[in-house]
This record gives sequence, structure tokens and C-alpha cells, in this order.
Amino acid sequence: MYSDKVIEHFRNPRNMGEIENADGVGEVGNPVCGDLITVYIKVKDGKLEDVKFKTFGCAAAIATSSMITELAKGKKIEEAMKITRDDVAKELDGLPPIKMHCSNLAADGLHEAIKDYMSKKGKDVQI
Amino acid sequence: MKIYLDNAATTPVDREVIEEMLPYFTQKYGNASSLHSFGREARDAIEGSRERVAELIGAKSEEIIFTAGGTESDNIAIKGIAFRKGKGHIITSQIEHPAVMATCQHLERKGFDVTYLPVDRYGMVNPEDVENAIRDDTILLTIMHANNEIGTIEPIEQIARIAKERGIPFHTDAVQSVGKIPVDVSKLDVDMLSISSHKIYGPKGVGALFIKEGLSLEPVMHGGGHEKGLRPSTENVPGIVGLGKACELAESRMEEDMKNMIRLRNKLVEGVLEIEESYLNGHPEKRLPNNAHFRFEAVEGESLLLSLDDKGIAGSTGSACSSKKLKPSHVLLAIGLNEVQAHGSLRLTLGRENTEEEIDYVIETLPEIVEKLRAMSPLWKGGKDVQ
Repeated sequence: MYSDKVIEHFRNPRNMGEIENADGVGEVGNPVCGDLITVYIKVKDGKLEDVKFKTFGCAAAIATSSMITELAKGKKIEEAMKITRDDVAKELDGLPPIKMHCSNLAADGLHEAIKDYMSKKGKDVQI
Repeated sequence: MKIYLDNAATTPVDREVIEEMLPYFTQKYGNASSLHSFGREARDAIEGSRERVAELIGAKSEEIIFTAGGTESDNIAIKGIAFRKGKGHIITSQIEHPAVMATCQHLERKGFDVTYLPVDRYGMVNPEDVENAIRDDTILLTIMHANNEIGTIEPIEQIARIAKERGIPFHTDAVQSVGKIPVDVSKLDVDMLSISSHKIYGPKGVGALFIKEGLSLEPVMHGGGHEKGLRPSTENVPGIVGLGKACELAESRMEEDMKNMIRLRNKLVEGVLEIEESYLNGHPEKRLPNNAHFRFEAVEGESLLLSLDDKGIAGSTGSACSSKKLKPSHVLLAIGLNEVQAHGSLRLTLGRENTEEEIDYVIETLPEIVEKLRAMSPLWKGGKDVQ
């Protein structure tokens, strides 16, 4: 039911863990439905210097978390804000339809982390 | 190494069962309703199987009808009473298999009243609750013998006594218990009991329903009048022969199987519970010999299952993420777990073919997997933090 790429990221998640003194933290999901994602970012010169995650959830939730860190790392904040759930799913060669909605939260987690960073900095961010 | 620990889902077909079935595909292929020798041969095989099934559960052979599986047996029994009565009240539990649960819900939509009895934290129905739920218009009790997820064995004898005193037919889904623990319909004193073949080393697509002599059911399906008119359709002779053989083997091996499985299961439980914040679901003693059901704090079941699968271990989970409806197991919610706890569940069910080495391997492998997933989990606050 999962693509090889999803399974590969599930088995070997990239950038897993927390960032100490992160510049922004985004928490999304609801443990009641089974998926909870926390994204941590470190920002330098307007770019995402580091992105890490922690996830409680199914293989799709873990793989999308792993993928978002790869997609976002090194990107300018504005560019990172443009990464969508669909981008993540596409990069993973698709997700099972039933998982598209509930377990594909990583992009939201990243956006929340960036918003958190911006609000700490006192800036508004445009999505 | 490939280790199958999902025997509550299905079992491999026993070699001896296959051997016995084979002639009925290509040599003894007659239609059991035919009068010629081919037909008689098939008829004899069916009746022989009926005796074997009856023997295993202490019934008379004329009290057994063959069906296409456990779900069908449940439907024929429950709807058979409901349709006969036309209206009324049905009592069941909150932890039934979907075959019973969804059938009751369907009848509810059709105008019947249904009471879904709660269970305690071990998954046990309280016979007093059954007694208190009975109304003047109660037409049927249906409570499972042993739960398919957590393995809890229900106090069926006591419930059957209550049903008998009040003159209400009592059906039990015994798909998980028959062949694994002694089941005697005269001792349990139930009126109907459902059996499935593929849970006891028989082929898929065949089951049986015990219907006590004198109890009359309204047919759910209509056709050529096979199986007392309750399950019309040309009999699945090879399947029926397979179920009969599976029942015979279950009976002759039961004592040894139970002894082995309890020993290995206890070893598994003891070993797995060494993992911090891991718990056993279900009753500590009144449970199926082959059932172990765990919950790990802050771990999600589908991830756990796939990680185990990577190591060659096959189990199952009540996590919402792995269900088609994305809802956590109703059984786990009924025993008082919250949704997050239900996500972290793992069912390992043993079979005849499991070995001590396999159990050792699971006990060795599982802690690493749980640790890896916890290191990833924002819900895990205990233990060391791996970055």
C-alpha cells in the first residue's frame, strides 16, 4: 500500500530528533487520530539552516516528516512556506488516498514552525 | 527469519487437512444433492464432516449446519432469530467481532432495539449486567465466547444459565475459542454457536453453525434448500471435508497444543513486559492460550507493525492508522483505553508451528523497535533522548 520511497523514509528517517534552542517549533496533528508531528527549525540569514522532527504516527506520518526536512533544509523561509502537502506526497511517489488527509501534516508542521519563528521575531508572515 | 504471530487472523492449512480435501476437487467432485454414486460420495463426505464437527463441540450431528465462514454463521443465527420474531430487543456486548456488531447495528436500523453491554477493564462482560438488561421483549442474547483481539474468555456458562431461565435464545460467536480451548455446547448450554474453519488450520471460506435441536430460524438466504434451508447453495465439499478434518485434529491435539502455547505465550508476555511502560491488555488468566496483547506507551501501532515486519515478525494492531476506517479498535476503547493508548497496541497470537527460538527472537527484537519509535515520538517523555 505504501510506495518504496515512503517505506525507505520510514525505515531511515532523515533529520529525526529535536533542535535545542530551536528558533521555531511547530506542533500539528492530534494524537486522537493517531498522528502528532513536531517540527523544529534553526534559521540563519533568512534560510533554514536546520530542520528536525519528532513524530508519533503511522509510516506515512513518519515518511512525510522525514521528507519535509529534506525539502526545507537550506531553503529561504519564503520558499519553505510555499512547500505544500501535495509537494511532500509527490516527492514520496504518492500516499495511499486514505492517508493523504490525516497523515500528511508535515508541511503544516513546517509552516507552523516558521510562523512561530516569525512571531518571536515580531514579523508577520505571508502564506 | 520469518515468524508468523497472527494466528488469530488466520492459520496455515494443516497438511493432513489438505490431503483429505484433495480428492474432492478432481475425483470425488459430485454434487451432494445428486442421486448417483458421485453425489452419494460427496453426501457421505459432508455427513462424515458434520459428525467430526459435532464431536469436537459435544453436539449432535444434526445440530450442525455448514456455512461459508464465521461471519455468515453469525448472520444466519442473529438475523434468523430476529426475522422470525419480527421485532424486539437484542442484547450483545461492546466488544463483539464486526460480524456480530455490524449485524446488530443493521437490525437496529431496521427497528430492533439493541443493548450493547459494557465490559470491565479486562474485557469481561458481567452476567449481572446481562440479567439487568433483559426486558419482556428481549428476543436474543449474543455474546462472544472469546474475544478476537484481547483474548478474554467470557463467562458464557453463567450468561447461558440466565438466558435459559428467562427462555431467551443465546448465541455465541466461538470463532476464536473452538479448537483452541475445550468447547462443549451441552456444558455451556448455548442455543447457537458460530465456528470458522480457517482459524483452526482448515481452509478459508467455510464455517459452521450449531443450532440446538428444536430452535427454529428464519432463513436469511433463499435457494435450493441445502443445510436445512438455512444455507442454500451447492455445498463446498472440499471445504467442508477440510473443516471436518481440522476439527478432528484440533480435538486430538488440543491438550498438547494448549500446554505448548500457554508455555510459549507466558514466556513471550514475560519477556515483552520487561520493556518499560508496556502493558498486557485482556484478562491475566481467563484468556485464550495463544493470545498476547500489549500496549506500549507513546508508540503507534502501524509503525510498530511495519517495523516488526521488517524484522520478519507478523502481528496485528488495533491502531486507527492501520484500520480501513481510521478508527481505533472498539474493543480497546471498551476496556477503557483512550485513543492514544489504543494506537500503541500490538496483538501477537501463537499457532501450533511457533517455536521457542521464534519467541526468543521476538523478545530480543521488540525492545529495539519500541526504543527506536519512542526516540522519534514527541509523546515519549521517559527514557533517553536519541538525536
